[in-house]
Amino acid sequence: MINKPLVSIVSAGLSKFGRLDGMYGRELFVDAAKEAFDRCPNLNPIKDVEALFVGHMGESYEHQGHTGPTLADWAGLLPKPAMRLESACASSGAALRTGIFAILSGIHKVVMVGGVEKMTHRTTAEVTEFLAMASDMPFEQWHGITFPGLYALMATAHMHEYGTTEEQMARVAVKNHHNGTLNPKAHMQKEITVEKALGSKVIAWPLKLYDCSLITDGASCVILAHPDIAKKFTDSPVHVIGSGQASDAIGLYEREKLTTLKAARLAGQEAYGMAGVEPKDVDVAEVHDCFTIAELMAYEDLGFCGSGKGGNLIEDGTTELGGDLPVNPSGGLKSKGHPVGATGTAQAYEIYLQLTGQAEKRQVEGAEVGLSHNVGGSGATASVHIYRRD
Amino acid sequence: MSEKPPFTVSTFYKFVSEKRLMAAKCNECGTVLLPPKPMCTKCLSTNLKWIELEGTGKLVSYTVIHIAPEQFQSLAPYAVGIIELKKGLRLPGMICGVDHEKLRVGMKLKIDFEPLTSSKWPAWHRYFFKPI
Repeated sequence: MINKPLVSIVSAGLSKFGRLDGMYGRELFVDAAKEAFDRCPNLNPIKDVEALFVGHMGESYEHQGHTGPTLADWAGLLPKPAMRLESACASSGAALRTGIFAILSGIHKVVMVGGVEKMTHRTTAEVTEFLAMASDMPFEQWHGITFPGLYALMATAHMHEYGTTEEQMARVAVKNHHNGTLNPKAHMQKEITVEKALGSKVIAWPLKLYDCSLITDGASCVILAHPDIAKKFTDSPVHVIGSGQASDAIGLYEREKLTTLKAARLAGQEAYGMAGVEPKDVDVAEVHDCFTIAELMAYEDLGFCGSGKGGNLIEDGTTELGGDLPVNPSGGLKSKGHPVGATGTAQAYEIYLQLTGQAEKRQVEGAEVGLSHNVGGSGATASVHIYRRD
Repeated sequence: MSEKPPFTVSTFYKFVSEKRLMAAKCNECGTVLLPPKPMCTKCLSTNLKWIELEGTGKLVSYTVIHIAPEQFQSLAPYAVGIIELKKGLRLPGMICGVDHEKLRVGMKLKIDFEPLTSSKWPAWHRYFFKPI
């Protein structure tokens, strides 16, 4: 039985994702906030939005910390309380969860949660170094292990243990690039082939360029309201019915297994239990495909298939648009892009569109239950949210 | 270091500079902590001792890094892996002295120590792994 809502999403906004020269992170956030405000004319943001929680991974990119009040200022929300949540690439998944806490605590009735990252003005070497800060400094960074390197270690182990192939990983990239062509806000707007993905430059073997998500600029937000008052603002809210989050060792080497993210499994179990739904009930999912192997592991960790069967699920078309369980209709981190702090609520934005029938060319027909899966670092943080339409 | 040095990452790397691979062991429950931590994360005791590990193990997973942060670019492409020293005790590190095509999960490796360190913070010595 599907359980009652924790909170309701009454609006959502997303900036264009891509290389957005000349825009500062705070200005990207205004794009997202303005879309959310315009979508919901019955909401008076200055009066109704009581607090802001934002995900933002790194002050290194723009030499700008203290992101909460900065974004509150630019979004016209002063003097409302605003704070930043940092959980690496799961920062805005954590912001979403914090917004849920804020409403369930009874302190706030309406809050905005979102995220931002401005990355593309930095060199690839700089971004590689900044992202690596989300890994274990003394034993991973100090020994030259990069983020692609950590996921490559998982991929090698998955290939060894389960026979997963580079071609199966490439198929994830092909699917998500296709979906990205259907999303006008996606960073990439081009189809690729398995051959092209397999022949691309090696980043950290076995991961190649097309196995990696994009360095992207972007911002996202959703507006949450207490379920009892959501209908005041919109006739078609989307309800958050489950929220799970878990932690694991910061160092990949300290984890029990390299072929699964235990934190994602635990977060998923918590969210499913709270929501009263099972994996088979999910109609559409946005998962954290920071690398193609991560999407295959997400299928397994979220119970869409058994351990080691992720490669089969991409091969049989289940997760394509038109399949039984479309995954990453937005294009995912792979093609829509991965402005790290913005990703968690960008996933919530896509699920909001899908469950309100507003996803246009990439609409999953009849979708009633959605799921988002947001991972921080190499899996030391994972948050999972489950949604249903009104 | 005859008295008990603190159970910190810095002490671990001080031992590395002496070509020793050391871990913390809990005197209460026997858990071995690698990396060392000031408190046993299984039973929360701070009654710990240092123990020396043998420094041989098998390769659990590996990758060859082609795109590296600036300080490692001169080494790229370089191999890194996770080495299991004993059941449940693993360390990551660079793998040197092996043709990248010959890297295999399960291969036997042993630790070795670099003679020099970088002058940049935190100026720790590094260990690495090589085939036996």
